[in-house]
Amino acid sequence: MSNHPSRRKPPRVGDNPLFRRTLIGIVLVIGFFMVLAPLVIIAVEAFAKGWQVYRDTIIHPDTLHAVGLTVLAALIAVPLNTAFGIAAAWAITKFDFWGKRFLLVVIEIPFSVSPIVAGVAYLFVYGLQGLFGPLLDAWDIKILFAIPGIIIASMFVTASFVARELIPLMQAQGRDLEEAATSLGASGFRTFLSVTLPNVKWALLYGVILCNARVMGEFGAVSVVSGNIRGQTNTLPLHIELLYHDYQAAGAFASASILALLAVFTIIAKVLLERQGAGRVRKTANPAEKTS
Amino acid sequence: MRRRNVLPGLPLSLGVTLFYVGLIVVLPLAALVIKAASLGPADYWQIISSPRAVASYRVTVLSALGATVFNLFFGLALAWVLTRYRFPGRRIVDAMVDLPFALPTAVAGIALTALFANNGWFGSILGEFGIKVAYTQLGIMIAMCFTSIPFVVRTVQPVLEDLDPALEEAAQSLGGSDWEIFRKVILPLLTPALMAGVSLSFARSLGEFGAIIFIAGNQPMSTEITALLIFIRLEEYDYQAAAAIASVLLITAFVMLAITNWLQARALRYTVKG
Amino acid sequence: MKIRLENVVKTFETFRAVKDVSLDIESGELVALLGPSGSGKTTILRMVAGLEYSDGGHIYFGDQDATDIPVRDRGVGFVFQHYALFPHMTVADNIAFGMKVSKVKRDKAAIDARVTDLLRLVRLEGLGDRFAAQISGGQRQRVALARALAVDPKVLLLDEPFGALDANVRRDLRRWLREIHSELGITTLFVTHDQEEALDLADRVVILKDGRIVQQGTPQEVCRDPQSAFVMKFLGDANMIAAEVRDGRAYTGDVSVDAVGVADGKAELYARPADLDWSEQGPGIAATISRVLDRPDGRRVLAATGAGEALEFDVEPERQVRAGEAGFVTLRRAKVFAA
Repeated sequence: MSNHPSRRKPPRVGDNPLFRRTLIGIVLVIGFFMVLAPLVIIAVEAFAKGWQVYRDTIIHPDTLHAVGLTVLAALIAVPLNTAFGIAAAWAITKFDFWGKRFLLVVIEIPFSVSPIVAGVAYLFVYGLQGLFGPLLDAWDIKILFAIPGIIIASMFVTASFVARELIPLMQAQGRDLEEAATSLGASGFRTFLSVTLPNVKWALLYGVILCNARVMGEFGAVSVVSGNIRGQTNTLPLHIELLYHDYQAAGAFASASILALLAVFTIIAKVLLERQGAGRVRKTANPAEKTS
Repeated sequence: MRRRNVLPGLPLSLGVTLFYVGLIVVLPLAALVIKAASLGPADYWQIISSPRAVASYRVTVLSALGATVFNLFFGLALAWVLTRYRFPGRRIVDAMVDLPFALPTAVAGIALTALFANNGWFGSILGEFGIKVAYTQLGIMIAMCFTSIPFVVRTVQPVLEDLDPALEEAAQSLGGSDWEIFRKVILPLLTPALMAGVSLSFARSLGEFGAIIFIAGNQPMSTEITALLIFIRLEEYDYQAAAAIASVLLITAFVMLAITNWLQARALRYTVKG
Repeated sequence: MKIRLENVVKTFETFRAVKDVSLDIESGELVALLGPSGSGKTTILRMVAGLEYSDGGHIYFGDQDATDIPVRDRGVGFVFQHYALFPHMTVADNIAFGMKVSKVKRDKAAIDARVTDLLRLVRLEGLGDRFAAQISGGQRQRVALARALAVDPKVLLLDEPFGALDANVRRDLRRWLREIHSELGITTLFVTHDQEEALDLADRVVILKDGRIVQQGTPQEVCRDPQSAFVMKFLGDANMIAAEVRDGRAYTGDVSVDAVGVADGKAELYARPADLDWSEQGPGIAATISRVLDRPDGRRVLAATGAGEALEFDVEPERQVRAGEAGFVTLRRAKVFAA
């Protein structure tokens, strides 16, 4: 509300003060009910029975085991998906080959398929009634209803995450920088490390963080393949469900508060990374193209 | 014709990509399709058209439609408010839009249930007016709204930000009112992105599981979503039925993916290249 | 290093970008590839660099067949159209990059010394710590050149080197590039669509159209003796007047010019605006002035003949001419091509 003449701007569409305030008001109220309230109630319910119950839930061996398993799944699935995302982005953005558009669609599939469908699909690969089930059974290898199944199912649902962040950015950056590095004699690996990576590192980290959040929070696909054995194949989200259906609401919310905290950290990390320019392909990805 | 690549690393990167996609994505989906196909047309049709399955499609699709229509309006309003207005707390609201992405679905599920249960904060107020949310289709819709709102906002927001102010100024100089300019200039430019966001939101709602099962009553024929029906068939060891119904969701996902890709390509239609 | 292209072909999808191009570039020569967009000039440059592989033919560097040598081993210095400076590295790091990744190991002091030399060569002393985003377009262009020169390339290749710059910066850099070339004597090939740039800078100009070389020669040769209507029109403003050739002379209205070697029959006569004279009395081609454009170095007159052909010519700045005046045009010099 500055009266300084040089800062006054003619109104843009929708700048009518009444309209503006009403719309902001509506959006904030609905936003509060829809988004903020769930976060608040987790905290409230988690401490409903007091600090002691909260503490007991968190340090209960089953909870700790679930946390450990969730972290293990992330430790394996996230690096693999990151490697895959980098490889896919390099192949797709630096080369032209037959079937590239189709490959892009295939990479998008995990993002749009229901996690339940993903879980069921894995059942028909590694389950007893699946393609390799009998073979695995004969060799006494357990994938489903065991930790490997949980990890593979998590890998499916998050397979697109890193690639989805890298591909649009690397597409926008073009191939000039890599061609320049190669023409100066750099090897492929060197070109990637010293030319490509520094220019996509924030987007990469952003993809990794989103991937991690989803791996740690995945519920549908994991609930199909895990077998829900308490203290053995329960990840944190499954543990929450178990407690909840056991009428241990405070315990469920206490466990949920760990994941809610993870979500809050993810969002903070996301905001910080976006300040570095990740998550959004800037119009001039290569500052050298801006002529001054 | 010699066709070689100038930059190094195609065999390695494409090899890794194809291997990974093949093992992690294509193989299981192919196994699912094979399983469903092994049923034979008559059995397959009987399973996927059974009254309980059809009822689950109806619940899922109608709830997803309701949630998507709500998100269309609310998402557009939210994107508009975040890009066009400056107000205290705007950055926090902007960050919070991503909460449904970041919050695990099971956590969202129990939180929404607690809020909308008959004795919950919102449930008790709504109950006074005779509105029941938890364990009804309305609850399913609310869970779907929650999990899919970021899709609309995050697809529309960048387009709205990049909208050339000169277009509005031109329209203003030609004497258009705010509403006319919005209707005839801004909205048409936003429509492709809005539709792309809406279709993403709808697709997500169709497949959502974790956030819904806590708040839905899960009563067959009335509040049972398709994803849950698949899960129940599995628990009954009826793998063929699970495969058949899952294949319906899979096909729907493919169709939605095709529609979304098409809409996203259209969304770039007005982007001047170069 | 002498470069030879022998029947080089490049096809993109179904479109033939370069069709059977043969070209010799002498050691130390500065050659321009000039043509409109889509003429295949950038593709030829990229094939010489190894950034594109040819689908047929051979490229020789000296006596060595370089056709199959990948770009990283080819030893060329390439300056990209938009410079492709690494945005996360300083100017000095950009210039040092090629030396750091080289198989020939250099110690840090040697690299630093060379970077300092190059910065001096491109007149950017003191800007080594800046990032690409912090310097001007003309400065970026010079950094790109220094980076390409740092690895002692056998050949220097530049893709539209001044395309992204303002007109006055462009003129300065052009002269300066010529000086650097004389100083280093490195074989240089550059691509441009700007005929003035090609003629100003190059020892030899290669003119391309639709993936083929249509003419090559020194600036003098191509300017004074264009071999086709395309070259005539592409190199500068040209008037086209329909004419009739009989026994080695072309006739149009009262005017006739020499047309040795052009077959009898219909022909097109081309003349530069500076080669047309205007007079109130005949003989000549009758024309009416439609507009007069004043420019710093003269007056440009737009006129139309009785047949409706548009003509442009220059008159002395003092000459009084006005739109609507009728008069006659005579030709001092012209080229005739069979229609």
